[in-house]
Amino acid sequence: MKRRNFIKNTTAATALTGLGGLSLGSCSVGNEKHITILHTNDVHSHIDAFPKDHSLYPNLGGLARRAALVDSIRKENPNTLLFDAGDYFQGTPYFNFYGGELEFKLMSMLNYDAATIGNHDFDNGVDGLYAQLPHANFDLLCANYDFKNTVMDGHVQRSKVFILDGLKIGVYGIGIELKGLVNKELYKETRYMYPYALAQDAEKQLKVYEKCDVIICLSHLGYDYESETKPNDLTLAKKTEYTDLIIGGHTHTFLDKPTIVKNKSDKEVLVNQVGCFGINLGRIDFYFDDLANLSSNGVSIKV
Amino acid sequence: MSLKIQHFVIFITLSLITSCRQGPVGLSKIESAKLPVDSALSKAEAIEAYILPYRERVKEVLDSTLAYAPKLITKEDGAYNTSAGNLMADILLSEASPIFKSRTGKKIDLVVLNHGGIRSVISKGNVSAKTAYEVMPFENSIAVVTMDGNAIMELAEFLSVSGRAHPIAGMQIVLGSSGTIKSIRIGGKPLDTDRKYRVATSDYLVSGGDDMVFFKKAETIHNLNYLIRNAMIDYFRKVDTLKASVDDRFIKLK
Repeated sequence: MKRRNFIKNTTAATALTGLGGLSLGSCSVGNEKHITILHTNDVHSHIDAFPKDHSLYPNLGGLARRAALVDSIRKENPNTLLFDAGDYFQGTPYFNFYGGELEFKLMSMLNYDAATIGNHDFDNGVDGLYAQLPHANFDLLCANYDFKNTVMDGHVQRSKVFILDGLKIGVYGIGIELKGLVNKELYKETRYMYPYALAQDAEKQLKVYEKCDVIICLSHLGYDYESETKPNDLTLAKKTEYTDLIIGGHTHTFLDKPTIVKNKSDKEVLVNQVGCFGINLGRIDFYFDDLANLSSNGVSIKV
Repeated sequence: MSLKIQHFVIFITLSLITSCRQGPVGLSKIESAKLPVDSALSKAEAIEAYILPYRERVKEVLDSTLAYAPKLITKEDGAYNTSAGNLMADILLSEASPIFKSRTGKKIDLVVLNHGGIRSVISKGNVSAKTAYEVMPFENSIAVVTMDGNAIMELAEFLSVSGRAHPIAGMQIVLGSSGTIKSIRIGGKPLDTDRKYRVATSDYLVSGGDDMVFFKKAETIHNLNYLIRNAMIDYFRKVDTLKASVDDRFIKLK
């Protein structure tokens, strides 16, 4: 909560600074704004770094290091948001011992702003996820799970709007089909709904009604599959119209840089995923300028 | 005071008029970076300090000695049955049977697991809960399926041609020198194709894992919601010294 106030204060301060700039009649400063998005996916309870003798990820990852990295970026740009694309639970004894309590407490300490829900986040059942909610000081977002007949009812939002430096950042979540992945006894009455149309509804809500400047999807669908009919992030990107960035998870895909996909209106969408286990932190920077100063070539994407 | 505010309002109004117009902004540029979380980064001290008691508790529990292994227990020391496989299957039989009996009043007749599900050796020396996590890192629980004798015959045939030492307990399979099934005994008695048997296994295998297709013949599936790993830990707590060796439960005659 503290940080929320801090951002509000910062926003107010920035607005005043802006006016101050105006009063001096300085036009050269313009109206440039900068939003930084940081993201993780599939951390799977990897709170500690891997051991030095690990065959795949020696001495990589670790939450205390991630915290230091996030902190330094927030200092550099206070207009920063931190997201997770699901599967924060399951993978080390920390989860078996504490049921996700430590994962949520630490994500709150790192000031995560929102996360979507992965299939493994149901590993202690929908009740187990609910039990850890008091430790999560961030929002869980998912536009295609219906929790109506479960304890999670009312605790998951389809989307959320963040206001930073006068800009509206709209974020929505998309979850994977649970049947076949998770035991029904665990997810109970949680209803998965086919994702594409619900993603389109969510982005439309954020663009047309909420007038968001940037729209981000937190997806746990997976990057892509051999079977093209299985919902995935690349297809989701093609089917959207207003989404600027899809932050993916589930397939533990280590992308060197975001994949650029043309959407329904032939506009470019970024699809990113940073592997798993907290080995990487993804960073996407959005820069804004006066409409008048924008080049006719549209957005310059440097990935 | 009011004069000051008035001045301020005029000042703002004037400046808004005189300065260039501040129009709406649009997205101009997107950049990205993949930031490695590695040893070049320092650790956030507050976070590290917060994790410490959790880490120490996990370590204390996982590392405390529960039993002793007098020799290396591995799944590589036999062609048709192995010390690690036999131990795992025996653990399922001993730990799942009383639970299944108390819930259903019925008896588990045999156990089948998969060779690939054993992920680590048990080294000679002290055995801890950590050992159980190494051998069984997956969150698979014990399921008890009811199958008729013909399906058990299929199960035995699957095992006889699989070429792998899939762990079993409660059952003895003897193959003739050509590799065909010579005898199947369950609970010491020959397989009766007219009766039903209850097989304890991993829920992963029941749901189609490792291609154990005979489980499709399961008539009922009862998930005990009891993790295989927890059964191992419970067993390690009960016994002082692990007795695990290759025996005659699944053999091929020369």
